[in-house]
Amino acid sequence: MKTTTKLWIGLAILIILSPLGLFLPEHFKAGDAWGEWGAEGVKELVGYIPQGLEKISSLWSAPISDYAFKGWEEKPLVNLSIAYIVSALIGILVCIGVVFLLGKFLSRKD
Amino acid sequence: MHIPDGYLGPATCGFFYVVMLPIWTAASRIVKKTLKARQVPMLAIGAAFSFVIMMFNVPIPGGTTGHAVGGVLVAILLGPWAACIAITVALVVQALLFGDGGITAIGANCFNMAFVLPFVGYYLYKVISYNSPLNSNRRVIAAGIAGYVALNIAALFTGIEFGLQPGLHHTSTGQALYCPYGLNVAIPAMLGEHLLVFGWVEAIVTALVIKYLQKQDLSLLGAQEEELI
Repeated sequence: MKTTTKLWIGLAILIILSPLGLFLPEHFKAGDAWGEWGAEGVKELVGYIPQGLEKISSLWSAPISDYAFKGWEEKPLVNLSIAYIVSALIGILVCIGVVFLLGKFLSRKD
Repeated sequence: MHIPDGYLGPATCGFFYVVMLPIWTAASRIVKKTLKARQVPMLAIGAAFSFVIMMFNVPIPGGTTGHAVGGVLVAILLGPWAACIAITVALVVQALLFGDGGITAIGANCFNMAFVLPFVGYYLYKVISYNSPLNSNRRVIAAGIAGYVALNIAALFTGIEFGLQPGLHHTSTGQALYCPYGLNVAIPAMLGEHLLVFGWVEAIVTALVIKYLQKQDLSLLGAQEEELI
């Protein structure tokens, strides 16, 4: 088997295992990454919401925010895992698509 | 390490877009010269790998979470400029589709993770593995050290960017407008957690894949060497 084929398989395995990135933090009671709190989270930490942060933090509304489907935020971890796997799959497919598109312009024939 | 919208003031956001513009241009120019058409799938795998490895949030029990970037591995295999492009693609997709990292902070996030990280990692790997055979253990160790150090330097830059904000932007009463923590908090927090935990994740991921490729396909490890000669 070609090495690249094995690497593609490796990626597929990583997609399936990706919910570990949800389960482990949950299990070990770890919160947000440092500096990645929502506006309310900042308020809990320092007692106020910085004005600029409040304005700009809601500037962009991502279609699959935080790798979870809209309205699924309070669902159990199993559902979130499904959303996480689907997000990983979509994200990877988009990355691959963009790179192949760029590759058309950026690579030389050999 | 993905700075969200609202944590960096307009000046910092603009500054890093301006800094990244020539870097992205140079990356495109250099990759256009060196990337062979048959390497495009590897570049796609690199971008996809970096994207998905960042989803593996690693917890510090009772504390924060963080993750590897996978960028040092991509840099070792494809060179730092190609890695810059691959990681940029992953970061832009994360910001636009998943709200992971702010759109105003794409310049800064790319500077930290798609520029500083692959370049520090790549050259450190080069220096440590200098003249060693492609299948040597020194390569594996070099990859691990490069991963650890590069992720930490990237975290240090992120900490500095966060920490500069209260000084740059605050109200007359002293309330911060953006990131509320100064350098004295942001740098120890960002650097501490990466030195302690997340750096090791990048080190292990990088070293293990290099070890695997040594057994699997030495030509992938050598591809970068030929390019330079």
